[in-house]
Amino acid sequence: MSTVAVTGLNATDNPAPGVAVARALKDADPATRVVGLAYDLLDPGNYAPAWFDDVFLVPYPSQGSDVLRSRLTEILDAVRIDAVLPNLDSELPAFVALEGWLHERGVGTFLPTRQQFDLRSKLHLADLGERAGLPVPETVVLSEPAELYTLHEKLSYPLVIKGVFYGAAVCHSLEDALHAYHDVLAKWGAPVLAQRVIRGKEIDVCAVGDGAGGLLGAVPMRKTLLTDKGKGWAGVAVKDPEALAMTERFMDASDWRGPCEVELIRDEDGKTWLLEINPRFPAWCYMTAAAGANLPWLAARAAMGDTIAPERGFTPGTMFVRISIDQIARLDDYEALATTGSLVDRAHRFQGEDR
Amino acid sequence: MNLGTRLGDLAISDSGFVFDPYTGASFTVNATGLHLLRALKDGVIDRAGLLAGLDEAFDVDGADAGRDVDDFLGQLRRYELLPRDFELGASEVTP
Repeated sequence: MSTVAVTGLNATDNPAPGVAVARALKDADPATRVVGLAYDLLDPGNYAPAWFDDVFLVPYPSQGSDVLRSRLTEILDAVRIDAVLPNLDSELPAFVALEGWLHERGVGTFLPTRQQFDLRSKLHLADLGERAGLPVPETVVLSEPAELYTLHEKLSYPLVIKGVFYGAAVCHSLEDALHAYHDVLAKWGAPVLAQRVIRGKEIDVCAVGDGAGGLLGAVPMRKTLLTDKGKGWAGVAVKDPEALAMTERFMDASDWRGPCEVELIRDEDGKTWLLEINPRFPAWCYMTAAAGANLPWLAARAAMGDTIAPERGFTPGTMFVRISIDQIARLDDYEALATTGSLVDRAHRFQGEDR
Repeated sequence: MNLGTRLGDLAISDSGFVFDPYTGASFTVNATGLHLLRALKDGVIDRAGLLAGLDEAFDVDGADAGRDVDDFLGQLRRYELLPRDFELGASEVTP
């Protein structure tokens, strides 16, 4: 039996991928022990015993890798962990920094290098696009709001103002852009980016790179229902040879190792643009397991040192539709997490809830 | 003329539910639409062949049936399920 630690247990209307990853691991092998590493007492995944056998609270990424290492040392004294799959952009640099230490402690990883992580950042995406032969919408890096007054000389409205990590707003005027600039700056810090708007149909590819320029597996998806935040609430796996070819070009140009999400958009003239590369699984990654290409399980096996054959088949037409349910949480689970920061081996309390 | 992979790869159920695996789009067709889609997939891409099939299955013929076929092909072109320059031929060709 293997034990895999998974982060990102937040599962609100803009969910982190952790619950989907854990569910996919349990689907592949129900005997897999999944350890949840949660940031908040009320992360919904904490109270899902069907998918998380143990839960440990961990410090927020802003506290840095030394604090994370200290907490992981305590956790590793309590449970064996064979591999860890981090699922949030913000925590990846700390896990990448701790990779050597994790390996010494017997914890396998399948992560991008720091260089690869930086290469796909929004700041460097245009360079990556050029290197990989992938068109990226024109982007201007803004370091001060005064640059917005001359922005129209480089990009025409409407345009998108984006944070370097998260956040994006379509702006139709200078006033819109100023408001969005300050909003994004306050939430996500500098620099702020301005990008040409491409109108069309989005295609997202959940993929795993082998770290040597190859693609271990990939499933393209089209969103069929969006939330008011523009997040996919329903989607369908599609056959999209061009999206897969673009994903292969990204892998080849970056030698990407580990999971990622390639965000593409096809404009009305049929040209497909690279919008973003997210350096971790998307929240919809459980659908890859349902479509016959269980990419979280593939990444977990790679992290545990297995030799992985590329898994390129999947079933187009596999759909997902999210659901919000009021999950019943046990007071003793809440108490254990609140007082000790951990919820260890609660399998004995699990009594047949539906997976 | 080749029909292209879009129409050839459509998943078509007996109920008339049609799924395009390239776009994720789905739509429904009535019995005559279903008959025409299947005929096109089977390689019947000449007007006489399509009309003869409709007549045999639904006992319809004449100018109305011809217009309906043209309308239906127009819709398929609009949804890019057929190449924009697709025209019915005079003889039967395998797609």
